[in-house]
Order: sequence, then structure tokens, then C-alpha cells
Amino acid sequence: MDLFLNRLFDALSNGSTYALVALALVMIYKATTLINFAQGEMAMFGAFIVLVLATERGVPMWLAVVLGMILSAVLAAGIERTLIRPFDPADHLPLVIITLGMFLAIGSMAGIVWRFDPRSFPELFPSGVALTIGSATLSWYTVGVVSTVVVTAALLTLLLNRTKIGLAFRAVSSNLESSQLSGIRVGPTLQFGWAIAAAVGTLGACVFVADPIRQLDPFVMVRVLIFAASAAALGGLDSLWGAIIGGILIGAVQSLLVPYTPIPNELSLAAAVFVLMVVLLFRPSGLFGTPPVERV
Amino acid sequence: MTADSHVLEVADLRGGYGAIQVLHGLGFYVGLGEVVVILGANGAGKTTTLRAISGMIKTTGSVKFRGNEIGNSNAADIVRLGIAHVPQGRGTLPELSVEDNLLVGAYTRKDNEVQHDIERWYEVYPVLAERRTQRAGSLSGGEQQMLAVSRALMSRPDLLLLDEPSLGLAPMIVQDLFQRFQHINKDTGTTMLVVEQNAQLALGIADRGYVLESGHISHEGPAEQLINDDAIRKAYLGV
Repeated sequence: MDLFLNRLFDALSNGSTYALVALALVMIYKATTLINFAQGEMAMFGAFIVLVLATERGVPMWLAVVLGMILSAVLAAGIERTLIRPFDPADHLPLVIITLGMFLAIGSMAGIVWRFDPRSFPELFPSGVALTIGSATLSWYTVGVVSTVVVTAALLTLLLNRTKIGLAFRAVSSNLESSQLSGIRVGPTLQFGWAIAAAVGTLGACVFVADPIRQLDPFVMVRVLIFAASAAALGGLDSLWGAIIGGILIGAVQSLLVPYTPIPNELSLAAAVFVLMVVLLFRPSGLFGTPPVERV
Repeated sequence: MTADSHVLEVADLRGGYGAIQVLHGLGFYVGLGEVVVILGANGAGKTTTLRAISGMIKTTGSVKFRGNEIGNSNAADIVRLGIAHVPQGRGTLPELSVEDNLLVGAYTRKDNEVQHDIERWYEVYPVLAERRTQRAGSLSGGEQQMLAVSRALMSRPDLLLLDEPSLGLAPMIVQDLFQRFQHINKDTGTTMLVVEQNAQLALGIADRGYVLESGHISHEGPAEQLINDDAIRKAYLGV
């Protein structure tokens, strides 16, 4: 029982970090039905910026995170303007190749600037145990990660549903042509999506490497991106709250499958993706995705 | 009618998609407060003409709106000048609620009468009021067309472009839709340019009409004259 609880808490903290990166993926997918394969690397780059601000410039940690998120947003807006916007948004293959190229380029650039050795990342949440049940312990880190993802999703929901730019973003996501014909400038609206996604991704990477058992290196987000993409697909790809549920479920599969089934630890990644495959077989729009509605 | 009272004046308009030229130098005008219809068969270039006016495709030639050249302006800027376009078929934002669709229509407005206008179109189309929180995609075809038109009118345009509003709708619904266009034209003074295959209905509410054949204007005249023109009756009225 205590092992189960511990595993469940692991699932929550892992799942929440996947969920944060999944939220970033969903923001771009909603608007363009494109998966940004460089989202994890952009997030890693952002986390390095935060690390430099906090450890080399002496900026207080949470302020460094906010500054890092803002800088990531600005960089992503630049990437959207120069690498994405010149291409036809409806033609996905060139855009997928571009995001794959960015994946490689950003990873290498981070290696050149910050070297490939892992660095320890300052803690974001108080260390220690928040709750003990028998021998199972819920750490403050887990509480912090779960709170971060819930607050982030709530803020994103407000941004999309209560602001004018949010309305424009949802409109462009729904029908690009009618949005243009209503006077919405599509380019800057998608740019806004890229900026928000990058900021959320950076937060996700920071939270992920702020776990005392992890360190920051240029490859740290590669695995996370696969889990996050699975989480986003499981949740329905266009649903923010679906991404969170998807993240937690993928985290749960990962941390519960291994101890309770003969599946070796090395295959936990594949197992998570396999679960996703099975779900999509029966629910192609994911658990909470919007099935296409069109009446004729 | 003098050129000054022309809301829209198109001359030698040429354009198309990539290497395929659809419009071969057509010219026409729309006067202030008029309802003008462009008739034509499938592939004649009706939709392309409207897309050229609203800045969705690149063209050569001249498109003047209230005397100013707008050819090749950005679509988002053209909306701000006062042209609204209801595209063919799916003019709504299917994943958004009915009310959000109307708010998107008012996206370019900075005044504080947006809510007032929303209520106004709810009065004109009460079914939209009943479904204000429903997703637009769940409405019937006729209701979606009402929503698409209301969305376009939310920008308070001087010129409304309607692309085959009758397409895919039941005859009763189409009849009602066109009657309402006529009322909107009378009540708000909104100038309308309608492209249609349903010549009978469109000419019924129009002041003047043009016939588009293979990217150029083949006939033009007052609506009554076109209805009685033998060649047009044969080709487009099926009599």
C-alpha cells in the first residue's frame, strides 16, 4: 500500500511536468494542428537562461524563472516570425522538418554555450516532506509541481477565454479564413501562441530539473517531450485540461506499470506510448479532445 | 449615377490561383445602398471575384472602395475599411460559441456598442439568442448561415459580400434568408454584393445584376431586365 502511494505521488510529480510541456504543445497544436518537436529543446534553453540568471547574475530564483519565461517568449516570437511564418501553415511537412531542424540546432547551441556536462539546478520549492502516510511520503516538490501546473492551466484558460487576443487565438484555431475575414491578423496571433507556449515550456523545464534528483543538461528534455506529446495526444491535443489529465495518466502508467507488471524499466517509455496508441484506437480525438463537428 | 456614389468600382480585374488565371479582366461597380448580384455557373469566377475584393488573393487591375484603391491590400486591413465578407459554405467558427462568433465579428471595433449590436442580431435571428452558448458547429446549415451573416454585419460594414448564401440550404430557408437580406439592406443601408447560382432568388432582391462567364462579364443590367432576358432565362433560370 505504501509502495503504491509512493508510486502514485511519483506519478503526480512526473505527470505534472509532462503536463506543463504538454500545455505548451497544445497551445501551438490548437492554432496550427502542428506538433512543435523543438518545444522541449526551447524549454531546455529557457531553463539554462534561468540557471544563468539565478546562479551567475544573482537574480532571486522565482524572478529568474519569470524573466526566463519572458525571454523565451521573445525568442519564440522571433523564431515564429523568421522560420515559421514564411511557410504555408496548411502544409505541415515543411513545418515539421523545420521544427526537427530547430530541435537539433537548439540542442547543439545549448551545448556550445553551456557545455554538455549536467549542472545542478537551484530548488524552486521547499525541500522536505509535506505529508507522511505510513512509510509513504509526499514531498513539497510534488505539491509545488502539481500546484504550478494547475495555476498555469487556470491562467491559460483565463487568457484564452477572457481576453481579446485569446478570442482571436481561439478564432484562428477554429477557422483561419473566417478569422482573417473578420479582421484578425493571423500572423501576430499565431506568434502570440508560440510566445505563450515557449514561456509555459520553460516553466515546465525549470520545474522538471528543480527536482533535487535531476540535473540540467542539453538533452534533459528529449524524453520529457515524448511523454508530453503522448500526454497531449491522450488528452486530446486541443484541450488544456485534457493535457493535464493526459500528463498525470502517462505519469501513472510509467510509474505504476513497472513495479506491478513484468515490463522492464527500460521499456517504461515504450509502454506509455503503447497505452496512448490503444486509447487513440478507440478515441481518435483523445480523452477530452473536440471531435470535429460539421453539419451539412 | 455618378462615379462618386459608387461604393465599389472594379476595373480590368485579373487574378487566380498560382499559374491558373480565373479572372480575365472584369469590371463592374456597386452603387451606394444597392444590392448587386453577380450570376454565373460553377467555375465562372464568382468566388474568386469576392476573394479578390476582400484581399484573399493577389490580383492585377483596379479595385476601388469609396474612391480609394484597395487592390492587393491585406485582408485584415480591408475589413477595417468597411468591407465584410461571408465566405461560401462555412463562414462560422465551428468550435466557438454563437456569442463568441459575434464577438469575433466585432473584433475590429473599438466602440462600446458591441453588446447592443449583438442583442440586435439576436432580435433579428431569435434562434441565435436561444443558442448563444452552443458551439456554432452544432447549428443547422441555415442557422450557421444566419450566424455567418450576423458575424459579418457585427463589423458594421459599408459593403457586405455574400458568397452563394443559398448553397446547400433548403428552398424555404433560402427564401427566408434572402428576404432578410432585403430587410437588412433597407434598414441599415448596407450595400450588398451577392454572388449566386440561384438567379431567380438573387435577382428578386437585387437592384442590378451582372453575368460572369469564364472570368469576364457577359451581360449586365437592371435586375428586372435580366430576369426578362431570353438568353439569361435559358442559361440561369432554367425556363
